[in-house]
Amino acid sequence: MARVFMKGCEAIAEAAVRAGCRFFAGYPITPQNEIPEYFARRMPEVGGIFVQGESEVASINMVYGAGSTGTRSMTSSSSCGISLKSEGISYCASARIPMVFANISRGGPGVGSIHPAQQDYLQATKASGNGGFEMLVFAPSTVQEAIDMTYNAFEYAQRDRNPVLILCDGVIGTMMEPVKLPEMKTDEEVAAFKEGNKEWACIGHGKDVKRSWIEPGHWRGQEDANIEAAAMYETWDKDVQVEEYLVEDAQIVIAAYGISARVAKSAIDILRKEGIKVGLIRPITVHPFPYHSFEKLDYSRVKAILDVEMSIPAQLIYDVKLGVNNRCPIETCLRSGGQIMSRDAVLDAVRKLNEK
Amino acid sequence: MAKVEIRSESCKSCQYCVKFCPKGVLAVGDKVNAKGYEYVVPVKMDACIGCSICARMCPDAAIEVYK
Amino acid sequence: MEKVYSRTTGIREDMVNGFCPGCMHSTIIKLIGEVLDEMDIMDKAVGVLGIGCCGLHMEYMTYDNTTAPHGRACAVATGIKRANPDSLVYTYQGDGDFASIGLGESVSAANRGENITVIFVNNGIYGMTGGQMAPTTLFGMKASTAPKGRIAEEHGYPMHMCEILNQLTAPAYLERTSCNTPANVMKTKKAIRKAFENQLNGKGFSMVEIISNCPTNWGVEPLDSLTFIEEKMLPEYPLGVIRDK
Repeated sequence: MARVFMKGCEAIAEAAVRAGCRFFAGYPITPQNEIPEYFARRMPEVGGIFVQGESEVASINMVYGAGSTGTRSMTSSSSCGISLKSEGISYCASARIPMVFANISRGGPGVGSIHPAQQDYLQATKASGNGGFEMLVFAPSTVQEAIDMTYNAFEYAQRDRNPVLILCDGVIGTMMEPVKLPEMKTDEEVAAFKEGNKEWACIGHGKDVKRSWIEPGHWRGQEDANIEAAAMYETWDKDVQVEEYLVEDAQIVIAAYGISARVAKSAIDILRKEGIKVGLIRPITVHPFPYHSFEKLDYSRVKAILDVEMSIPAQLIYDVKLGVNNRCPIETCLRSGGQIMSRDAVLDAVRKLNEK
Repeated sequence: MAKVEIRSESCKSCQYCVKFCPKGVLAVGDKVNAKGYEYVVPVKMDACIGCSICARMCPDAAIEVYK
Repeated sequence: MEKVYSRTTGIREDMVNGFCPGCMHSTIIKLIGEVLDEMDIMDKAVGVLGIGCCGLHMEYMTYDNTTAPHGRACAVATGIKRANPDSLVYTYQGDGDFASIGLGESVSAANRGENITVIFVNNGIYGMTGGQMAPTTLFGMKASTAPKGRIAEEHGYPMHMCEILNQLTAPAYLERTSCNTPANVMKTKKAIRKAFENQLNGKGFSMVEIISNCPTNWGVEPLDSLTFIEEKMLPEYPLGVIRDK
């Protein structure tokens, strides 16, 4: 297939449509507006539904409803908007409603800024709502990855009957890149997805067959439901994705995800030419986290880890620390408040570390 | 000929049926059910006209009516 | 003899509901079941229950249902109905759910003319949480968070949701009924049927506001709650069809 030139947000929306998403509800917030705008144009062409909710809260609950019918459904927002959605996300997780949502994250805390940031790492990976549920969280560092992750996210959501999050910073969401789009699911395939969910879907079954009972609260046995969900989370080790770049002989290992990882990678190519042995571990799934990539490092060789992220205070660092387990020092290279990580900042940080 | 059937275990003794029965068929009995309510019983079944007002007023769907 | 009044198939044969004695929540869910039986649409029905005592229906009902986050039933119902238009989707919400925390969702769904039915149960108080003040609490009606009752200067006035929604162009049908007398029970059932028929006919947003009771938190015997409805609630919330187009 020929490559097309697309903006991250629009590419995410198109990937969702191609994956069979036929319901989207969203609410304006920068920098993710192109997602609902794209769906508004695109959904009528494929017989799908677009609704502009009256708020983020309404939008996620529309998706909770649409997902309850077994329809592939999605919402998106940015940072503070995701906070507003968090109750609904928790309901989806508790009731085991498959759905996909994207956080095109911006500065924070509070209203923050409309500029790109990675300030939502802990929220995304540890607590996107009350109650201690978990989700697969994918963090793209290119528009192509954002497409592929979104496309596959619907399969994971369906497999687990659980929400899946695309944690995409505002850089990837708003930049344009040449990309290859995945195959469009046929109308028959889309109909089959919904049909396959019929048994549990809340669409009307009547009194004579097993009714659908979508339970966000599990009044019949919350503990049993939590045990079942926890057992499902345990199966996710196989889903861990990570990129390791020039780590084999590295003495300094950068830990970074999303756009920061991409910036760091370009810095590594320059630093290698200077003879500095530096590599990169890039979590692609930020939850579950690729702890093993840090655990297996040869710490007789690795002098230090450099945590590079667009968040102050650092957040990714907590997971990195768990993997490193005090076997070498961890330094940071951070930006915040909508400031994009610069290659120069990474270069300086690594050079300084190398001189130590 | 008409009659009411009362599921005594569902009755919570709110007495809406007693209040609205036009013929005084029903009254609170002196026995209690498993939930501890003094459930309603028919005391003048012969007077029942099968109007179903009792059943319609019953929140707990404890009454069914025959005619 | 022939059976002239049967228990609806919309509620469980094998359980006693969890409502307090005399609570009309159970009357209303019974009426909804009767309408679904009579219209023979139980196999299409989806109930979207609000948070609070409304949620106690979930185990008692025999057909598909879900529970919305507090106040969000109209949004959840929007999602279900749009994604699966063949379903008969109704929300079942109390006054705190529909008129306080969910006001945005309620008004917006009505304004979109969303093809759903709202069963709005107004008893002027928060039931499950223990009798706190609702947007529909009457003047002089004591609540656990308004020990002296509603005071206009501090709390504002009781909200009339039918009249508020009647300011919008889209809603198809708005009626206020009660369940305090046999005649009003029949009118409530008729109104629910009309609202469901509207949905099947694609007429858009219909709401039946049902003036209900809460003997427990009102602190009265069930029979006295009927008098309270007649003497206090209905003068504030007059019954009747507010909109039928």
